[in-house]
Amino acid sequence: MATPLLEIENLHAGVCDKEIIKGFNLTINEGEVHAIMGPNGAGKSTLSNVLCGKAGYEVTAGSVRFKGKDLLRMSPEERAREGVFLCMQYPVEIPGVPTTAFLKHSVNAVRKHHNLLELDTMEFIKMVREEGKKLGIDGEMIKRPLNVGFSGGEKKRLETLQMSILKPALSILDEADSGLDIDALKVVAEGVNGLRDGQRSMLVITHYQRLLNYVVPDFVHVYADGRIVKSGTKELALELEEKGYAEFVREK
Amino acid sequence: MQKNKPEIADESGDKYKYGFVTDIDADTVPKGLNEDIIRLISAKKGEPDWLLEFRLKAFEHWQTMEEPTWAKLAYDKIGYQDLCYYSAPKQKVAPTSLEEVDKELLDTYEKLGIPLKEQEVLAGVVAVDAVFDSVSVATTYRAKLAEKGVIFCSISEAVKEYPDLVKKYLGSVVPYTDNFFACLNSAVFTDGSFVYIPQGVKCPMELSTYFRINAKNTGQFERTLIVADDESYVSYLEGCTAPQRDENQLHAAIVEIVVMKDAEVKYSTVQNWYPGDKDGKGGVYNFVTKRAACRGANSKISWTQVETGSAVTWKYPSCILQGDNSVGEFYSVAITNNHQQADTGTKMIHIGRNTTSKIISKGISAGFSNQTYRGLVKVSPSAVGVRNYSQCDSLLIGSNCGSHTVPYIENRNKTAVIEHEATTSKISDEQLFYCQQRGIGEEEAVSLIVNGFCKEVMQHLPMEFAIEAAKLINISLEGSVG
Repeated sequence: MATPLLEIENLHAGVCDKEIIKGFNLTINEGEVHAIMGPNGAGKSTLSNVLCGKAGYEVTAGSVRFKGKDLLRMSPEERAREGVFLCMQYPVEIPGVPTTAFLKHSVNAVRKHHNLLELDTMEFIKMVREEGKKLGIDGEMIKRPLNVGFSGGEKKRLETLQMSILKPALSILDEADSGLDIDALKVVAEGVNGLRDGQRSMLVITHYQRLLNYVVPDFVHVYADGRIVKSGTKELALELEEKGYAEFVREK
Repeated sequence: MQKNKPEIADESGDKYKYGFVTDIDADTVPKGLNEDIIRLISAKKGEPDWLLEFRLKAFEHWQTMEEPTWAKLAYDKIGYQDLCYYSAPKQKVAPTSLEEVDKELLDTYEKLGIPLKEQEVLAGVVAVDAVFDSVSVATTYRAKLAEKGVIFCSISEAVKEYPDLVKKYLGSVVPYTDNFFACLNSAVFTDGSFVYIPQGVKCPMELSTYFRINAKNTGQFERTLIVADDESYVSYLEGCTAPQRDENQLHAAIVEIVVMKDAEVKYSTVQNWYPGDKDGKGGVYNFVTKRAACRGANSKISWTQVETGSAVTWKYPSCILQGDNSVGEFYSVAITNNHQQADTGTKMIHIGRNTTSKIISKGISAGFSNQTYRGLVKVSPSAVGVRNYSQCDSLLIGSNCGSHTVPYIENRNKTAVIEHEATTSKISDEQLFYCQQRGIGEEEAVSLIVNGFCKEVMQHLPMEFAIEAAKLINISLEGSVG
């Protein structure tokens, strides 16, 4: 029987008294890949930010449970340590902090949370090299300051690398294909697909069908005006591509 | 290293772990400043006439001077007549060896993490001169250094034992007329360290002076003189702490360095005077004149400073590049939090031909603090082929602090190449969220970002100092976010 990983019930949330998410319901079971598609301005990024606990958003009603625990009561870092990973649309640059140092802090913070021994530098470097190779990330890139001067493709690859070394139970991909050419898109998609093991779950947020050709979802949801207006399987994405969002938005 | 936990009267919730007071009998002179006091200090120290004259001339000049107001610092007027200018821990006998140093004093340094028993001093890589209020209480490894001809002792002893050297160099880099605080120091300085590295000698260990203010309402005026003769090398470290008191304490020091032909001096400071509490009460007023003269050709001076302490800092370690091809470097990290103020920077005076200088300054402001980088690059008409590179970066944490950069450039030679880069950035919410999203807590994230920001400077500190300094930076910024 399917075990629920993420259960969102009647979620209402917004910024500065403006309600953006208006009664959102979704359950993701272990091992499932869900895609959320919606037009610009539907509140897709708000959803991922609320799930990850970014400051500035207010939840006014509803509940979110992750592995049965109340996710909304956890700090952003606790959510990350529990296994919620947000693959960001625009990863931020942090000058002066070498990428490897950042990754090591991150990996060990998560390991510590799960009562695992922290990795020493040798073990860590070995792991990063192996995982990096699969994504076409060379040793030079991760010596540079975090995301500083990285191309769009390099940034996304680094996000994917982090996803593969942190092994989160739930990966949220927020417009993971934006700014990628087709080759970079394939690399990232392969990386993401490599993480699909029947255990880990994913929530792919996108407004183009393009990415879904490579990361094929189990379920597709149409998201408009703060809630899911239609759910289906991967065919729904193709239908959307053909007809556009307007029809679905009207339907509700 | 630290066995006893210092007992800090910690009611304010501050994190300054050196804030304890040592209860020891002190020999103090009456408060106030006049010729009699200066004669009394000089007599207590059994000084030769030439030094007393030097002091009296300085005092006479000081009375004609006015306290400078050009720095971007706001502080209450200092009552120079309300201060005590000499305080020495009363020791039963004048110690001739470490075993005879008062236990209270040894314990104090132990608590500060500076053991003075030689076998414990970092396995023989650092020699320490410990200055407690107005006097030097102990200098370690003197015998071992003497084998190489290196002189490392308190300046009071140097006056007695090496009067010719002291007479020749004292005031030769920072004359008593130099500025208000240097002039005051010249009149009343009580102790400090003296270093002489003879020709061709590479000093076999790091030399270190550890300054401690203990007595209440007492100014600390120490004076350090370092002379590196031809082809010699020395790395020198300076550390400082003071008890946590509600009153402001005055510290006005001078460091003079003379670097001869082909010699190199590396001077590192970790300044951690008590910064005052979180509301800005108390703390040390730190007015310091530090200057090195690269007298000989191919000489080099490198200043590295990590400034985390003091309520008010006024300090511009400078390089006079006289010798041809001489090199001056200044690497600085200054951190201010709560209500601290710092006005700090450097001066690079290019006189010799093909002289080069490099300035890397990193300022981090948090809380309600204010910080100014103030620096001068001066090229004289005779200085052909000068090269200077300056980089001043500021990092702001929160929205109530301030950061200012005031670079002065005076160029009188058209062959000079002078570069100046400056950036100001802020730890953004986006950066913090990114770190948190990867499992890294907020304080750890700030520390990661700040350490990355300062790295270029920290790597110039000697290893064991760098670790301490990194810890200190984290402590200084605790509670600056959220």
